[in-house]
Amino acid sequence: MHEPPEIQLAGLRKSFGPKLVLDGLDLSIARGDSVVVLGKSGAGKSVLLKHLVGLLEPDTGTVAVQGEDLWTAPRSRRDEIRRRFGMSFQEGALFDSMTVGENVAFPLRRHTRMTPAEVRGRVAECLALVRLHGIEERRPAELSGGMRRRVGFARAIALKPEILLLDEPTTGLDPITTDVLTRVIVRMRDTLMPTMVTITHDLKVAFAVAERVALLDGGRIVADLPPREFAASSDPRVAAFVRGDASEELEAAGSEKGSE
Amino acid sequence: MSFLVAFGSLVLAVLEFHGRCVELMALTVRGLLRRPFDGRAIATQVVRVGVEGLPVVLLTAVFTGAVLALQTYTGFQRFHAEAWVGSVVSLSMLRELAPVLTALMVAGRSGSAMAAEIGSMRVTEQIDALVALATDPVQYLFVPRVVAGIIVLPMLVALANGFGIIGGYLVAVRLLGANPVAYGESTFQFLDLNDLWSGLIKAGVFGLLITLIGCQQGFDTKGGAEGVGRSTTAAVVLGSLAILVSDFFLTKVLF
Ligand SMILES: Nc1ncnc2c1ncn2[C@@H]1O[C@H](COP(=O)(O)OP(=O)(O)OP(=O)(O)O)[C@@H](O)[C@H]1O
Ligand SMILES: [Mg+2]
Repeated sequence: MHEPPEIQLAGLRKSFGPKLVLDGLDLSIARGDSVVVLGKSGAGKSVLLKHLVGLLEPDTGTVAVQGEDLWTAPRSRRDEIRRRFGMSFQEGALFDSMTVGENVAFPLRRHTRMTPAEVRGRVAECLALVRLHGIEERRPAELSGGMRRRVGFARAIALKPEILLLDEPTTGLDPITTDVLTRVIVRMRDTLMPTMVTITHDLKVAFAVAERVALLDGGRIVADLPPREFAASSDPRVAAFVRGDASEELEAAGSEKGSE
Repeated sequence: MSFLVAFGSLVLAVLEFHGRCVELMALTVRGLLRRPFDGRAIATQVVRVGVEGLPVVLLTAVFTGAVLALQTYTGFQRFHAEAWVGSVVSLSMLRELAPVLTALMVAGRSGSAMAAEIGSMRVTEQIDALVALATDPVQYLFVPRVVAGIIVLPMLVALANGFGIIGGYLVAVRLLGANPVAYGESTFQFLDLNDLWSGLIKAGVFGLLITLIGCQQGFDTKGGAEGVGRSTTAAVVLGSLAILVSDFFLTKVLF
């Protein structure tokens, strides 16, 4: 272990007003590792992910990327560090003033010197990867939720990031598309070997994608195990999650969709 | 006592708002000086604020000039000073009315639109997405809008000056039977280049204030669609107040 972990969270604590969401969370992710974070709805998984890329500043605790503290680094350095990341958001977060093609092209145009033809090629490639062909000219408002999420995924991988953060990439998709996307993620993991943090409620996806599965509960990581051991764990919180997920998680996902 | 508390918290809120605007202004200047410089984005905003705002600004100017001529004529007639109507119209338009009314119209039209657009980007995590894509959101969103505001407002005001004077002329000459030549002379008799400049400088400052406040309100939006509505309203209210307050001090400084 001569090199620092790719991402190191130490003593992360974050509250919104009176509500404590992260309570001294520690997590260390080695380069090329693929971690899946599980947790109940509202447990703070998205909040955790936003800390990794510096979208949220912890109240106390540190976020270090390759040994470099994100929040003691100057602002411009932080942006340089962020270029190593690709992040897909839970709700897609597509730029709705742009077309789908422009969305995926955004990081390419901003951070590379690719020619317009090269950009177009890469955009088509990324969209094909998520099984969306020829929708470059459509507007995000014209897409379904699942399509938006997949475009967000395509935008996140456009720059072939070293660190890939996926916030529920398959939630709300049909089983076939979920499977397609799971395969895409697994293939990316095996070819590009990015460091990956994936959030999902879907245990099938989790076990396919993960090298480590972590359970977030009460503002901390309470279990962090390889998939097999996670599934077989006797820890009551883990067991409850693994066993009780089908009905519980479907309900949670269902009521969330309803309240949107 | 509770009055004092209320007053105190109002002062605090004003100071906090002021501090936030100064902070974002600094970030905007920083963003302007750094690469990438996005000329196309500025052009887009110039078109949105300037070209699309032109009809309403010019209409406002024509009617303001017209009603000004009508009012001063009625008043000045009482002491036989009709000859000065042209001077009053042109001086008031250039120094005060064209800059302030144009700015108020732009605050209502464009300041609010900026707050709504950026606010909805905030609540749908598009601003988070910008940051995650290693893009400085202040540079990306504020710089083109603020620069466009500073460029466009003086141009709009220059046109509003002309249209206001034309409005006054039409009313005085066509409606009230003033002598066209005498009215024309009276219009430019006392005008000084300083009058024009002071109005245009004011306009530039107003352009900065409107766009900065519009962007700030959008950027700091909290809480869903309702929050966007609140930001939009605040952009207009605070923008208009900033125009009127700064107008007083600018007039004092610029004479
Ligand atoms: N910007 C914010 N302001 C205030 N509270 C927030 C903010 N972001 C998140 N929270 C709160 O933090 C808690 C955790 O939210 P988070 O989005 O991380 O949940 P999650 O684990 O991702 O849930 P889900 O599975 O439903 O996406 C929630 O109670 C939420 O209300
Ligand atoms: Mg979430």
